[in-house]
Amino acid sequence: MEKNLIIIGGGPAGLAAAKSAYDAGERDILILEREDRLGGILNQCIHNGFGLHTFKEELTGPEYAARYIKEVLDRKIEYKTGTTALSIDKNKRVTCASEAEGLMIYEAKAIILACGCRERPRGAINIAGCRAAGIFSAGTAQKLINIDGYMPGKEVVILGSGDIGLIMARRMTFQGAKVKAVVELMPYSSGLNRNIVQCLNDFDIPLMFSHTVVDIKGKGRVSSVVIAAVDEKLNPIKGTEQEIKCDTLLLSVGLLPENELSRMADVNLSPVTGGAVVDDDMMTGTDGIFACGNVLHVHDLVDFVSEESEWAGARAAAYIRGEKAKGERVAIGAEGGVRYVVPQYALRDGEENLKLRMRVGNVYKNVRLCVVCDGEEVYSKKCMIVTPGEMETVSLNEKQTRALKNCKKATVCLKAVER
Amino acid sequence: MKKIVIIGAGVIGCSIARELSRYEAEIIVLERENDVACGTTKANSGVVHGGFDAKPHTKKAWYNVRGNEMFDKLSKELDFPFRRNGAYVLCFDDTKWDGLKKLYDQGVENGVKGLKVVTGDEVRKREPYVSDEVKGALWCPSSGIVSPYEMTIAYAENAAANGVKFVFEKTVDRLEKSGEKIKVVCKDGDVYEADAVVNAAGLYSDELNNSVSSTKYKIVPRKGEYMLLDKTSGYLTSTTLFQLPTAMGKGILVVPSVHGNVLLGPTAVDIEDKECRDTTYDGLAEAFDKARITVPSVTKKTVITQFTGLRAHADAGDFVVGWAGDDLPLYNLIGIESPGLTAAPALAVQAAEDVADYTALAFNKNFNPIRKGIPCFATMTENERAEIIKKNPLYGRIVCRCEVVTEGEIVDSINRPVGAKDLDGVKRRTRAGMGRCQSGFCSERVMEIIARERGIDMTEVTKSGKGSEIVVGRVE
Ligand SMILES: Cc1cc2nc3c(=O)[nH]c(=O)nc-3n(C[C@H](O)[C@H](O)[C@H](O)COP(=O)(O)OP(=O)(O)OC[C@H]3O[C@@H](n4cnc5c(N)ncnc54)[C@H](O)[C@@H]3O)c2cc1C
Ligand SMILES: Cc1cc2nc3c(=O)[nH]c(=O)nc-3n(C[C@H](O)[C@H](O)[C@H](O)COP(=O)(O)OP(=O)(O)OC[C@H]3O[C@@H](n4cnc5c(N)ncnc54)[C@H](O)[C@@H]3O)c2cc1C
Repeated sequence: MEKNLIIIGGGPAGLAAAKSAYDAGERDILILEREDRLGGILNQCIHNGFGLHTFKEELTGPEYAARYIKEVLDRKIEYKTGTTALSIDKNKRVTCASEAEGLMIYEAKAIILACGCRERPRGAINIAGCRAAGIFSAGTAQKLINIDGYMPGKEVVILGSGDIGLIMARRMTFQGAKVKAVVELMPYSSGLNRNIVQCLNDFDIPLMFSHTVVDIKGKGRVSSVVIAAVDEKLNPIKGTEQEIKCDTLLLSVGLLPENELSRMADVNLSPVTGGAVVDDDMMTGTDGIFACGNVLHVHDLVDFVSEESEWAGARAAAYIRGEKAKGERVAIGAEGGVRYVVPQYALRDGEENLKLRMRVGNVYKNVRLCVVCDGEEVYSKKCMIVTPGEMETVSLNEKQTRALKNCKKATVCLKAVER
Repeated sequence: MKKIVIIGAGVIGCSIARELSRYEAEIIVLERENDVACGTTKANSGVVHGGFDAKPHTKKAWYNVRGNEMFDKLSKELDFPFRRNGAYVLCFDDTKWDGLKKLYDQGVENGVKGLKVVTGDEVRKREPYVSDEVKGALWCPSSGIVSPYEMTIAYAENAAANGVKFVFEKTVDRLEKSGEKIKVVCKDGDVYEADAVVNAAGLYSDELNNSVSSTKYKIVPRKGEYMLLDKTSGYLTSTTLFQLPTAMGKGILVVPSVHGNVLLGPTAVDIEDKECRDTTYDGLAEAFDKARITVPSVTKKTVITQFTGLRAHADAGDFVVGWAGDDLPLYNLIGIESPGLTAAPALAVQAAEDVADYTALAFNKNFNPIRKGIPCFATMTENERAEIIKKNPLYGRIVCRCEVVTEGEIVDSINRPVGAKDLDGVKRRTRAGMGRCQSGFCSERVMEIIARERGIDMTEVTKSGKGSEIVVGRVE
């Protein structure tokens, strides 16, 4: 079968991309979603706080998703739920399968990857100890409570202060569980500040920085965890161990973009973001394959996912019409405290103003976020504080965009504020 | 009909059960856990050893080489993954060539075929990620890799299909002599009177023997810790990489799994607690650091899980295989540490013949040696995939995204003979939850399927047997 545009993933990224591709004139669109309903990870995020930027009001995850689902339904865009994309290749051949329709094979003109991310598991952070039940990633626990209606445990320790962990601390407390501590390896949180206040401080849940879990004990089910302080090199300090009784350990230790499919299509991945390397049209190194949302880089706010994905959808539609700029690219580097920038390339003859999204590698106070082109500072923004937990966005105006696109070497970096 | 009781459903107990089912008898396997392959059998290197490592004229050497030869035919009959990938024993030091030569001579004496001493460059030609420090190696082409639990499950399913009865969550407390027979007394008070008992209780085989026999044994658990790498690190090696062995064992290996992952380990530390399956900070660090000597570019970034196995090391050093003495109809398999997995097929044939001889069993005319595994969606071609979904639409529902496991496979794994009962059981049979997200996404779906198929409540679904319930109750 043939399709102009196949969007893999029906979360906020896929929905927004579909909507804007449609609005850009594309009609032959198909969204593939493996779950039984559209909405992605938002379906399990029943707390408030979504959409402040986009809709200027506080929505729950499902409410936010519902708005975009409505846009897709209103436009009668085709979608298949319960359908997993099994493989793609660089010729944009997509195979997918569902219970209802069996194996399906499509030849697409363009593909948008909007597959989201997954949580880093215990194994990836090498915590020693037992293999008992009671160890969950925070998102799994969230799904068990919010979607299935089951409590994962009663006495909880949370490792990692990512947003999902923070939100789960509050959610478990609401449900009568005792959250004994949130333990964070780094001297700062990777979550949003508002979540630390609203989810921990308001409930007197201790947040222990520069600590980690060094042992998990229990037969059958977890019975306690041992935590310890860590030194500057993040190695546990002998003698600082303390045992906390609990039946549950939640891990909120980071998200990883899910790029199995991307690899099959030889999409070039960034070792820093874990997602594809893209140009300012959100196109990956593989012609006609685009990426947006958490599969590209992990976002903390869904509003930015929607914004980025609308852009990707519009550009994919332009690509299908044959309007994609094919010219030279200028690389946009990340330096001096900035860990990464997306997009990693700008097309010299692309028209639009550039929007750069980035994360820093540490907590910095009183700095300037700068864009430097061939040694000349073309943009600068003062920041009281930047943290790894909050994505920064830089919107360049027409002049600045032109400066960047015409230079040889562009970088984004942090500079100290001169007094 | 004669009654034979086998204690322990590891690879040894299950392989013997299958070989014994070639004869007519009432065969019962008693296992304290709720599934087969829950002991040492699920946590080892999965290497089908060539047989150069065992001292000549030992039982280890004999059964290792005989067992190894049986794998090609057996893996086809029982449909479990096995591959002859070959192994190198690496020598990092120009002064240690003697060590390689000794292994070579030992191997030749044991009857291992195809051994060759090669240069470091020859190793790197085949395995480019091997350290530049490697000066030479012993090459053993007959070495292989197998999925130990899938092999054991296959043995068990075939045994069950041929009439063997499996009783789970049944812990044997002791054995008692009862005239010509022997009594198996369980912790819960149940007693089985048998014409012969096969003691395949792994780490506890010494205690069971000691409860009735005048010859005493002692097993010291020797702990081995591993790290498992994601399939994206599969390029690191396709052959099994040993370092020259030490007194404590074969050293730290870098070994591919039949499914394309890479294992680093095991360490070797004698401990006291036969129940200890914990990994330790130091143990994991050692496994990693030593593996890095073999393959310097290995990184912790792709580690997806860690685990521990306990070797049942008997003080005698060699396998103990045979009748216990004192005119007891007790057949012992004690101290079956490495290369026990490799030796299992040969040990099983021997044990079954001995027991059948002793109890004068007739052949089972209906014995069927063939077992078919669960059709594996992940490795199918497009046409096969299309076909199987047509036949069973549940194969169109992908449950585990990392390993591409379908609901069809999970349902099958639960409903087949000696089927899965919980998350770990499903995982060992289908690989659901074994991938890089380590069940983060699919555990809750798998729980639902288990609850539905087994007609139990979500709160009763366990990870691995009683006491490992996953959720504690409903949300108010
Ligand atoms: C657990 C969690 C909690 C969060 N909490 C908040 C919050 O409180 N506030 C906030 O603003 N943001 C939050 N976020 C962030 C925000 O929700 C995400 O950034 C946003 O949902 C990402 O959108 P997405 O479409 O990229 O990914 P997802 O929402 O993950 O959607 C991806 C979709 O693709 C589907 N898919 C993947 N692979 C395939 C395939 N091969 N075939 C078919 N379908 C496929 C998936 O099933 C999924 O539905 C949270 C994120 C997570 C993971
Ligand atoms: C770290 C390590 C690496 C190894 N690597 C290799 C390798 O690469 N190649 C190789 O060939 N071999 C290897 N081995 C050896 C191999 O794993 C073992 O020889 C083999 O698994 C032993 O199987 P088993 O059935 O005897 O033991 P087990 O699998 O332990 O089975 C014994 C069973 O008996 C049950 N049981 C115990 N007591 C009782 C009781 N009282 N009542 C009822 N049931 C009871 C237990 O629950 C268990 O299921 C390795 C071992 C280890 C630990």
